[in-house]
Amino acid sequence: MAQALADAAILAPPLERRLEARRARAVVPTRAAFWLLAPSLFLLFLFTYVPILEALMQAVSLEGFGGKFTGYGFGNFQRLFADASFWKALSNNLVYGLGTVAPSIVLAVSLGVALQDATRINALLRTVIVFPVVLPLVAVATLFAFVLMPGVGLLDYHLAKLGIAGTNWLGNPDTALYAIIGLSIWKNAGYYMLFVLAGLQAIAPELHEAAKLDGAGAFTRFFRITLPLLKPTLAFILVIAMINVVTQIDHVIVLTGGGPSDSTNILLNYIFQAAHQQGDTGRAAAATVISVAALLSLSVASLKSLERGMHYES
Amino acid sequence: MRIAGFAPLPLVAVALLCGFALVWSTPLLWMLVASARDIPYGSTAAASLVPDLKPTREHFADAFAQGDFGRWYLNTLIVTLGILMVQLVTITLAGYAFARMEFRGKNLLFYLFLLQLTLAPTLLIVPNTLMIVRLGLYDTLPGIMAPYFASAFGVFLMRQTFKTIPRDFEEAAILDGASFTQMIRLVLVPLARPGLIAFSIVSLTSHWNEFLWPLMVTDSPDKMVLTVGLTSFVRSAEQAADWGLVAAATLLVAGPLLIAFALFQRQFVNSFLFTGIK
Repeated sequence: MAQALADAAILAPPLERRLEARRARAVVPTRAAFWLLAPSLFLLFLFTYVPILEALMQAVSLEGFGGKFTGYGFGNFQRLFADASFWKALSNNLVYGLGTVAPSIVLAVSLGVALQDATRINALLRTVIVFPVVLPLVAVATLFAFVLMPGVGLLDYHLAKLGIAGTNWLGNPDTALYAIIGLSIWKNAGYYMLFVLAGLQAIAPELHEAAKLDGAGAFTRFFRITLPLLKPTLAFILVIAMINVVTQIDHVIVLTGGGPSDSTNILLNYIFQAAHQQGDTGRAAAATVISVAALLSLSVASLKSLERGMHYES
Repeated sequence: MRIAGFAPLPLVAVALLCGFALVWSTPLLWMLVASARDIPYGSTAAASLVPDLKPTREHFADAFAQGDFGRWYLNTLIVTLGILMVQLVTITLAGYAFARMEFRGKNLLFYLFLLQLTLAPTLLIVPNTLMIVRLGLYDTLPGIMAPYFASAFGVFLMRQTFKTIPRDFEEAAILDGASFTQMIRLVLVPLARPGLIAFSIVSLTSHWNEFLWPLMVTDSPDKMVLTVGLTSFVRSAEQAADWGLVAAATLLVAGPLLIAFALFQRQFVNSFLFTGIK
């Protein structure tokens, strides 16, 4: 009996010990938390904070012949701004952004709405649409190298049957960027559709039923119910899509290297070329600083609009 | 008559959607068909989507003979799994700190982590390459892995996951005499499995597919990962217009993930959606 009581005492610790444990938890933290965060912080320090500072320093450092440091200044930025290729890359990036983001989101919403019911055929169609998402971007690029090949390629071969053939999509400066845009839409639309599908599931079916009873047609319900309630989802997709526009680059490097005549040269490719092929790290650093600033302000702006969207929903 | 709930799509719409999906999937269908089709050299029918009645394994044999696919697979496996192993430790620890502990400077640190989330490491390729050179890791597999060992995204994901677990479990474990590390390892990690799995899928997929960074920090052929190997391999195959070989090599690189996705679709989709949880 006494033994049983003793066991019970161990199993159910007295209030005192409970309070003690609670107090201990409240006090321990700062140091313990530091040790838990230390590995991540050390690595972030090495590969995020120091590189950002270094890019800043390098962007304002001037070099003489032979890479010797000669002082600080804005020479790298001056050279960057004087480079026509940089402006071309900036405007290409804008066209590429507008050309990929809007169509892929429209496509994602249309497909999401069309395939939202969980039927067997819809499940299959969704899978087909999402497949390109798990494909490596370089694999997409090697496939599209064939798709876009003039003459024998997939697109030209099948367009020839319709009598439209002979376009050298990647070789012509007027069409190359649009070919790259098409590839990006194919690669990313399925990813965005997944978020649309998840967002649609959160919309109560009663809303649609009630609107139907009031005589609202499919289009009215889409624009008055579905679209407004998807707003937070769309804001989120917009953020990822914009980050993708700035950071996805493999397909450009593999397919065109920025050509022909700079027509597909976008910012990250410009940075890569300046650093890797031309060995001009100062100019590359200046361009990095500008891209980082653009990306940061984009994400801050869109995170704010995202918060507003969330607020509006609740 | 008006029916409540969702009316099924009209047949025309279903047919249109199927047609769209068919066109959408042509690049992948072509890859499958062309990798196993025997076409005479210089044939103009390389783009045909009609499979051969007698599939051939020749293109895959050629790919293994001409490219160092065994080595590339091994390197990619080492890199992706190596990154994941370290990440799982760092994100569990940091995620726990942010979810459960109160400490000075918590908000500031949180924003510092957020910085990495928005600045995808790809954008920092130039300064990061310098760092790798300085650390003596240039042209090594750890050099490819190192910048990804800490993951702000993973930390946020684990923070969210830990927050959904009631504190009672930890308190009970501590009161029963478990040490802090035992508590994390034996109580929290099993309970946080959904978060860890979601993170693992995203991490493995993105690093399996990564190209520019491994290209930047390696030089010798024996350090190539699959994506880097594929591009150098395909360049010569394209010049020879050997499209069957191009298709086979691409399938070798993309295949494992396509199969994994087809088998574990639900887990993949869930973990992609996890990236969307605030």
